[in-house]
Amino acid sequence: MNEMRILSPCGILGYGFPETSFRRGLERGPDVIAVDAGSTDAGPLKLGAGTGIVSRQATEKDLRPILTGGHELEIPVIIGSAGGAGAKSHVEWSMQLIEEIVRERRLSFETAVIYADIDRDYLHRKLGENQIEPLGPVPDLTHAAIDDAVRIVGQMGCEPIIAALDHGAQLIVAGRAYDPAPFAALPIRAGFDPAMAMHLGKILECGALCADPGTTKDAILGYLRDDHFIVEALDDSRKCYPTSVAAHTLYEKGHPYILHGPGIELDLSGCAFEAETENSVRVSGSRAKTTDGYTIKLEGASQVAFRTIFIAGMRDPILIEHIDEITRGVVEQMRADYREVPESDYQILFHIYGKNAVMGSLEPLGKPGHEIGIVMEVVAATQELANAICASARSTMLHYPVAGRKSTAGNLAFLYSPSDIPCGPVYKFSVYHLVQVDDPCELFRTDYTKLQ
Amino acid sequence: MAKTARLYDLAKVLRSKNAGPFELTLDVMFDDDETYQTVKRSGVIDRELICRLYRLRPEDVYHLVCFDAARAIKITIKRPVDSGGIGDTDIYGAQQHAPLIDVMIPIES
Repeated sequence: MNEMRILSPCGILGYGFPETSFRRGLERGPDVIAVDAGSTDAGPLKLGAGTGIVSRQATEKDLRPILTGGHELEIPVIIGSAGGAGAKSHVEWSMQLIEEIVRERRLSFETAVIYADIDRDYLHRKLGENQIEPLGPVPDLTHAAIDDAVRIVGQMGCEPIIAALDHGAQLIVAGRAYDPAPFAALPIRAGFDPAMAMHLGKILECGALCADPGTTKDAILGYLRDDHFIVEALDDSRKCYPTSVAAHTLYEKGHPYILHGPGIELDLSGCAFEAETENSVRVSGSRAKTTDGYTIKLEGASQVAFRTIFIAGMRDPILIEHIDEITRGVVEQMRADYREVPESDYQILFHIYGKNAVMGSLEPLGKPGHEIGIVMEVVAATQELANAICASARSTMLHYPVAGRKSTAGNLAFLYSPSDIPCGPVYKFSVYHLVQVDDPCELFRTDYTKLQ
Repeated sequence: MAKTARLYDLAKVLRSKNAGPFELTLDVMFDDDETYQTVKRSGVIDRELICRLYRLRPEDVYHLVCFDAARAIKITIKRPVDSGGIGDTDIYGAQQHAPLIDVMIPIES
């Protein structure tokens, strides 16, 4: 029987994991340690601003045992979507930490660094050739959107990682990658069924989230075999159940059993999830078909505004009853006070926690709580304008009069001084499209180096 | 008289999450086949219900699919605002399942 063992230390590099379960994973003799470092979950900020999801300190804490473990067992270590959004600045940030640890621990690795940044000229050409299409409910891509984006990355499949393995890389630091790709690359290269490998990768990429109790902060091990795979929880505090693994299969995906990836479409409708041992699950029946042509998902962020907020509470029942009237009045007052500023240059948004801040107009229940939390945000063309309007709106709201008001000394319980918090630039995903490629590797430049 | 039960009480998992920055996916999952089949066969969870609860046009409900192997019903809809965009109130889309909580399902007495 052919078997390959894949160790996933945690859901996102830097989320942390217990040393004991990771050690147990290493004792099982894995063939590869793979970890996903990225996500678009937290919105476009990370790609736009070039910042990370996790701190430097947390990332170092995870990288030390991962790099040491891979070196000790002489197995590949593969990091996908390095630094969070997987653009050049994120990859370089990750490489800096890795280089420090390699020196500090006297390790050495043949290293491949795979960049996922996409050249604008290439995209202009592809757009001209009609080879770019929207992914989901987004507008068609325009040349202006390509130019406006701060950064554009492409989500690589397994192929660039396989090419790096072919080249002899032991440590692969990949920019933006399809989440399962770092887990599936080594087994697919070895001839395992891509459908099983990708499905297993999809489950492993979130760490122990497929176990019960689920968490992204613990290790998990996959055993890939010819016609099935096994997922095993490594910490005594959790187990993999057929329901928990099946549940994770459809996590954060649009369709429960059709999963689209670069060059592959997974069909998991015929999967069986069965208990293997008391803490592991056997999955079989994952199928896939290769797609017509090969597309790469593009992600790009552009800067759209600047934001300033304040946070305050409100406890007086008469004020809470009139909260909609107060927020409307504050906006009208600002329109009057700043009549020299075009109305399209700024927006004032109120988030009334305890009433409908989470669901907005979709909130099914009508009655606010006995106290409410208020986040007022101003998004404006410049930081100065956002700050100015936030300050004026805040003081207007503090003393805004309503009929029968008894708490005439002030309407708001400010949490902090200073009350106003400038939040910096606001980004949006302005590119979320598929580009047709001739070669799965053509967009992803790889640098090879020996780290020691 | 037919009895009814809240979807929140019948489901083992009732959750929402981004499926990419422009779509929101709702998962309703069950512990046992009997409850799953009862809810599935009731037909209560359909496109019309989702359109009403989330104020959507029918074309904005991208998927409403039952996945027997996971005893799950998955509904994927258009996000009111893209994740992290101006006016978004739930960046991960993790708390948008509330309108489903009080959906009543007929159960055999």
